[in-house]
This record gives sequence, structure tokens and C-alpha cells, in this order.
Amino acid sequence: MEFLKSQQVKSGVMLIELNRPEKRNALNNATLQELVTLLKHIDADISIKTVVITGNEQCFAAGADLNELAALDVVSIQQDQRPLLWKQIDEFSKPIIVAVNGFAFGAGFELALHGDIVLTGENAQFALPEIGLGMLPGAGGTQRLARLVGQQLTMRWAMTGERISAQTALQHGISSQICPTPLTVQYAIELAEKIAKQAPLAIRVIKQSLKSIHEVTLSQGLKQERQHFVWLAATQDRQEGINAFLEKRQPKFRGV
Amino acid sequence: MDYQTILAEEKNAVGYLTFNRPKQLNSFNESMHQEVSQTLKAWAKDPNIRAVVISAEGRGFCAGQDLGDRVVDPNADAPDLGLSIEKYYNPLIKLITEMPKPVICAVNGVAAGAGANIALACDVVIAAQSASFIQAFCRLGLVPDSGGTWFLPRLVGRAQAMGLAMLGDKIPAEKAVQLGMIWQCVADDQLKAEAAKMAEHLATQPTYGLSLIKKAINAAAGNNLDEQLLLERDLQRLAGRSSDYKEGVQAFMQKRTPEFRGC
Repeated sequence: MEFLKSQQVKSGVMLIELNRPEKRNALNNATLQELVTLLKHIDADISIKTVVITGNEQCFAAGADLNELAALDVVSIQQDQRPLLWKQIDEFSKPIIVAVNGFAFGAGFELALHGDIVLTGENAQFALPEIGLGMLPGAGGTQRLARLVGQQLTMRWAMTGERISAQTALQHGISSQICPTPLTVQYAIELAEKIAKQAPLAIRVIKQSLKSIHEVTLSQGLKQERQHFVWLAATQDRQEGINAFLEKRQPKFRGV
Repeated sequence: MDYQTILAEEKNAVGYLTFNRPKQLNSFNESMHQEVSQTLKAWAKDPNIRAVVISAEGRGFCAGQDLGDRVVDPNADAPDLGLSIEKYYNPLIKLITEMPKPVICAVNGVAAGAGANIALACDVVIAAQSASFIQAFCRLGLVPDSGGTWFLPRLVGRAQAMGLAMLGDKIPAEKAVQLGMIWQCVADDQLKAEAAKMAEHLATQPTYGLSLIKKAINAAAGNNLDEQLLLERDLQRLAGRSSDYKEGVQAFMQKRTPEFRGC
């Protein structure tokens, strides 16, 4: 891998670091492709339960690669592979914790919006600066953000490119925690580890259930939730979880 | 560096920033803002500077905004006073409060308007006996700026803050100490020496640890106890990783004076 670093940092936790510091981790096609390939492997590897994605202390990812974008005309942009890559990230089945320090602009922000849980450092800044280039966010920025924080703020942010502080991001549910910047990744890993210890099948259906909230109506969602609930009743981990609780001991989940 | 409106000197790991427009009682104009900001920004990043002293030349400390820059023509449109605050004063206050090292203010004379509040934004304020503080804003129909309405009630409590801000009385240095507004008041001819002594002491101390203390106390104003306890845990976690902590503990065990490097 050229643009990513990855290592298993705790039992069941894979840390993925965007590693193109000289380009402020701009998400070029090759980086996205590497990420997709890596996630595909992780999806198939039962020893990895959760993933933490981060950049470095100064920068998460400053956007897409403008040189690549500039080269695309209206015809070639229709044949662009990027939407497929984003789709594959979206379809990853295990929890993604995103740890954002510094800038998460444009595609960097949109990558963060693919995280199931986002933690930021105090120095984090989000923005959708595409408008300044005569474009709009092209990887779900308008859609995912509006579903998170509502139409008002998304309109404003997408139309102005204004920067969003860590505090504002927390306030509006873009992240769930602000950490002192040097601790963000550590805290993201601790959170990932906590999730990695849970019953994998239950975690999987929780993610599915929550990811579909904007796809289905409430009554359909409740039906799906019920189906997941019933389906989990057939798993051994559920039995183990309940037994461990009644016997006042730690459960040992095996993903079955 | 050659400046027109300030003096900037680096000595024994201390940065001395001295306002130098004595004839105008060191009131701020645009170039002074630029020079102050440039200096403080450089020192904030410079690991060789481990404490900062802000002081002034002449008989005054700082009279705030140079009103010569703000002549009001009664027939003209209302001026936008928010502009210079947004552009200069607010960033200046943030530079001081977010500076990851101690900032000492040596108030040598009258500190009025924004000048008073720039002093109050510093971490430790020492004033000469003849110095004074005036929240002059109310006399012109204005509001204390540069953090004044934030610092005052936290320093002296609501009742005193209201009195100070609405009456605009001149508060002598000794009274300011009694009110808890500043740290210390010393004889006029001792001010520079006392400030330098304190700064040189602080410059040998665990700078990173001090920066975390500053951060914690500043954050406390906006946190409840639960949040603050979590922050203390986080900052202690960071402090425990510093080389100065290691050195401090080792020096204690070996019964010797620690040599802190600031990181």
C-alpha cells in the first residue's frame, strides 16, 4: 500500500491511517482504491471486528485530488470509478470509527460521514469547500450531512464552504466526542476495542438497522428491527450473553 | 526584528513584548496590532521561548484603541466598531489565552479600555503601585470588549464586574489585587525586575505541563464538574507522557533539582 498504513492495534481492531502527508491526505483515486481493497479483506477476515480510520494530527484529509478532478470532462466523469468506490466503502459491514484531527474538507469530510461513529480532536475542522471551485460535494456530502444535521445547516455549509469547528460538529451530531488532539486516535481505538468485544452478529445487524433508517419508513424499519431481533434469537452468542449476565460474569462471544 | 510600535526581545528563554508608543499611551493602531500579532504568533510556535512578558514603555500601559484612528464625523454613517474587534482584538485575546506557555503582564501605568482587558487576558498580572485599570467603555456608550465582559465576572464576581463596567471608575493597582483582579502589586521601580524574575523562573519550569494547566483552567469556565473531571483525566494522561514529568519524578527520587526541558 502506498497511501495507507494499516495495522492491527488491539485484538480485533484494525487501524487504518491515511498516509499522504505531503498532499494533506488528499483522497485521490489510488487512495480510495487501496481503502476499498483493504476493507474488502477486512470484511472477509473474522478476526477483525472493527476498523478505525484516521489521518494524522494536523490533517484528516483535505479533500479530493484536484489534479485528477481537473482532468475529467463531462464524458469521462460519467465513466468515473469513484462513485463505485464510495459505494463499496458504504457497504462495508463492520463498524467504522473515524478519528478526525485537523482538516476534514470536501471528500475528507465525506469520508468521515461514512464513519459509523466519529470522534474528533479539538483542532478538527470540517468544511464542504467544493462551492468555491464551482462544484458541489460529490460523495454524499449534501445527502448524508443533511440527514445528520438537517437541511438548514447543510444548505449554509454547502453554499458557503464555511468551516465547522469541532465544537459545532459535536453540537450537531457530526461527531460524538471531542478529545484532546493527541488522544483522539487512542480514544477511537479504545472505543473500537469495546465494540470489538461485543457479539459480532448483533453488532452487524445494529449497523444494518441504523444504516437503513433513511431508506425505509418507520413501520418498515420497525419490522426489520423485529426480524433482526428474532434472527439473533437463533444465535449462540445471545444465549451466552444472557447466561453471562445471569451468572454475573463476562460473556465470551464467538460470533456464532 | 525591527518594529515601529513595539519592542520584541528574547532573553533567557523569555520573550519580552513591550508596547512602544509612549506618547499615545501605547494605544493600538493597525501597525501595532500587526506587529504584536506577528511577535506573539512566532513565540507561540518557538520551543526556545518558554514564557512571555507583556509590558509597555512610558508612563501608561495601554489606552486601548487609538481614537485618533476613529474620528467620528457626526454626519457620516455609523462606524462599524465590530470590524476592528473581529480583525484585531479578538484574535489578539485568543493568541494570549491559547499561547501554550505562561504569559505575564507587567502593567506599568494606566490600562484603559481594551488595554485593561488585554492585561486581564494574561495568565499572571503584576502591576506597579501607580498603575490603574479603567473599563472606560461605558463613558463612550460602548461595551467592554477584548474579553472584558468574560474576564471581569470570572475574576471579581458579578457585583464588582457590573460596578466596574457600568461606572468606569479608575481602579488603583492595590485595589485590583484586593478584588482578585490581578496577582500582585509591586513598587514602581521593582516592576520590571519582578516580572523578569517570575518569567525566568517560569521559563525553567515544565512548560508543557503549564500549558495544560492553562488549558484546564480556561476550559473550566465553560465546563460543568463532570466535564472538567474528564478533561483533567485527559490532560493528566498527556502530562504523564511528557519528559518533564519523568525528569520531575527522577529528580525527586534522587533528591536533586530537576532540569525541565519544557516538553
